[in-house]
Amino acid sequence: MSSARGLITDTIAFSSVDGPGNRFVVFLQGCNFDCIACHNPYTINVCNDCGECLTTCSTGALTFGADGHVAWNEAVCDGTDTCIATCSWDATPKARPRQVDELLADIRRAAPFLSGITVSGGEATQQVAFVHALFSAIKADPALHHLTCFIDSNGEAPREVWSRLAPVMDGAMIDLKCLDPEIHRVMTGKPNDQVLESIRFLDALGKLYEVRLLLIPGLNDDPELLRGTADWLADLDPMMRLKLIGFRPHGVRPHDRELVQPTAEHMSRYRDVFANRSQFSICSV
Amino acid sequence: MQEFRSRAEALVRDGALGYDQKLRRLAALATEAIEYPVLSDACREALDKRVICDMYEGNAPYTARYILPDYAKAMAQGSAHLEMEPPTTLDDALAFLQVMYAHVPSVTTYPVYLGDLDRLLEPFVNGISDHDLDEKLRRFWIGLDRMVPDAFAHTDLGPTDGRVVRSLLRVERSLRQVVPNITLRVDPTLTPDDLVYDAVNTVFQTGKPHFVNHPMMVVDHGEAYAAVSCYNSLKIGGGAHTLVRLNLKEVVLRHTGGVDAFLADTLPGFVELTAELAEARIRSLVEQQRFFDTHWLAAEGLISIDRFSAMFGVFGLAEAVNLLMAYEGESGRYGHDAAADAVSYRIIERVAELVAARPMPYCEGGGGHCYLHSQSGIDLDRDVTAGTRVPVGEEPGMLDHILTCAPHHRLFQAGISDVFHVDDTALANPQAVVDIIRGAFRSGMRDFTFNLDSNEFIRITGYLVRKSDLIDIDTKGALHSSDYLAAGSENAYHLTQRAVKRIGCHELSPRPDH
Repeated sequence: MSSARGLITDTIAFSSVDGPGNRFVVFLQGCNFDCIACHNPYTINVCNDCGECLTTCSTGALTFGADGHVAWNEAVCDGTDTCIATCSWDATPKARPRQVDELLADIRRAAPFLSGITVSGGEATQQVAFVHALFSAIKADPALHHLTCFIDSNGEAPREVWSRLAPVMDGAMIDLKCLDPEIHRVMTGKPNDQVLESIRFLDALGKLYEVRLLLIPGLNDDPELLRGTADWLADLDPMMRLKLIGFRPHGVRPHDRELVQPTAEHMSRYRDVFANRSQFSICSV
Repeated sequence: MQEFRSRAEALVRDGALGYDQKLRRLAALATEAIEYPVLSDACREALDKRVICDMYEGNAPYTARYILPDYAKAMAQGSAHLEMEPPTTLDDALAFLQVMYAHVPSVTTYPVYLGDLDRLLEPFVNGISDHDLDEKLRRFWIGLDRMVPDAFAHTDLGPTDGRVVRSLLRVERSLRQVVPNITLRVDPTLTPDDLVYDAVNTVFQTGKPHFVNHPMMVVDHGEAYAAVSCYNSLKIGGGAHTLVRLNLKEVVLRHTGGVDAFLADTLPGFVELTAELAEARIRSLVEQQRFFDTHWLAAEGLISIDRFSAMFGVFGLAEAVNLLMAYEGESGRYGHDAAADAVSYRIIERVAELVAARPMPYCEGGGGHCYLHSQSGIDLDRDVTAGTRVPVGEEPGMLDHILTCAPHHRLFQAGISDVFHVDDTALANPQAVVDIIRGAFRSGMRDFTFNLDSNEFIRITGYLVRKSDLIDIDTKGALHSSDYLAAGSENAYHLTQRAVKRIGCHELSPRPDH
């Protein structure tokens, strides 16, 4: 039994894009990066109860509660996400605190169909106590302990976070936005030393499942840079599993729509760069 | 007589029908000259109003509807009728099967069951390289598609792994044909994940195979069963005499009152009328036309009447539930509301109970009763959902969809299928679909079939068509709309029938001059 609570943006019962096999995915609200090209910008911040979204919601699903916080009535909501479109704070009024036990009930229902669960975000490691409690509860439950527990992370977390999670975490998928620290800073607002350290440390722990590279033409796809990235990764694990993700404008904020979407030829070229440097297991999407 | 003559003339002169289509329709027309089996007035009225349905099989059935010859027995003993010795090599075995297919009857004239090809052929592949095996099976596969041009012709593979099943999946992926349809038997212990994975990758390419829950089937039919035609699970060496169907929506429209009264008073009467129709047709086939006394498959012991039953189908469950909910003053809809789903389970459990209590002659395969079946849609069904499905476009998320459907499955011995949609992201992660299939069977589903959203092949009910063929049909349909109007045909599926010349889905368009 665990009453640990996390701030949950949403969950989905079946996902085929968040790790091996079919997975239940928990999205946590709040991120310590502010990436250009973020596909879920409403997960970056925690609602500041400004009430802006109340003015545009047409269903009355959003109100100020007695505690001064914005409250969301799911039963009335029509799901058009006008609130998210309105929010200038990159948040959502629909993220809610939920207990581990509540989530377990949902996971149990889906469990016969799953290889595992993945905690994503937002940034999963920002709520490490909750993630640890959730994974521990799954490992302790006879009906669920066969499920693998994965994290999808931006890698901006200190060693202590990974050391704490390692006993109950089966694998991590880490985004590497760019090997070049300056471009990384442009893309995320932060340098990349902690991300690189996370990749190194997780690999040493045997917990690095996959490194994900979001590629944007003209920004982080310089051939020399990609070759350097390939060599840096191959140095850790020449067979590393890589996911090359071409930027897509879907979901991004208006100021990011100027970014260029790679063509099939771009993607093929990126793939070749990595495939020529090492025996990576490459998936490109 | 004048009307009969003009209908026959219209058929023989129809410019849109192929030769074999004309032949089949003329034969169906001819049996209209024979009296229909004797029915009570109530049964006749229900049939005329299409509350119950005989699949337009004709007035005098002269073949069992679904026949599953025991091909293994035939290959072991040879056939006197066909003057064929037992095969001793792979080439002989393939030739033997091709000959036999030409002599297996069905209501569509094409065999609905082509055998468990992996089990039948595995004994012949020792010493043949994978390359040669693929070559031979590829030639055979092309032959099937060209010589048995019916999307209901079906082979069954698994549950165990082997060289033949792997070769057939490779050939299937490389040829991308509509025929034959394929089922893979899946057993949690006998079927390795890797084989299911291979099959999932094949679905991504060709929309096949369909997957069945092997242990559940074995409980109902024993080891010797196969899924054939529109995923009808029946006994090998047996089959189904006929398929009758009850339109649950129409029954509810003839009912006043709530759910309890429906189950206690209205439903039993219509189940009995459907059973009466089945019995009349079975007796006509067995006692009047004496099919089993005269056909060579029976004479050589390749089918046995005691492994037959009849299929009792239901359809329109979704509409029936939603109407009954409204009668009760509730707004819940099937697939989206626990109370509505509960009504659906009560209806099907009641139908199953009534069918299991109704003795049926010549149905020893079903323990003296009909098998329950939920699958078929035919092109003449309008404004009513096939089987027990959640209506297309109203399906909930996949987990809820599966959990809504699963409780129905154990009751449908002769098959039930719901088509699930998998988006293209699964292409990069076939294991995700393997997980879902395993989960579906763990959750009590009998049959599982899925479409990839972007697939060139799409399933309608249990058969496949190519999207590109449909696109052609739309064009042709627009060009020749007067032809379709003249034929009295209104719906899109008919257009498919008329324009796809080489491969038909003959069971789906059952009326002789439609």
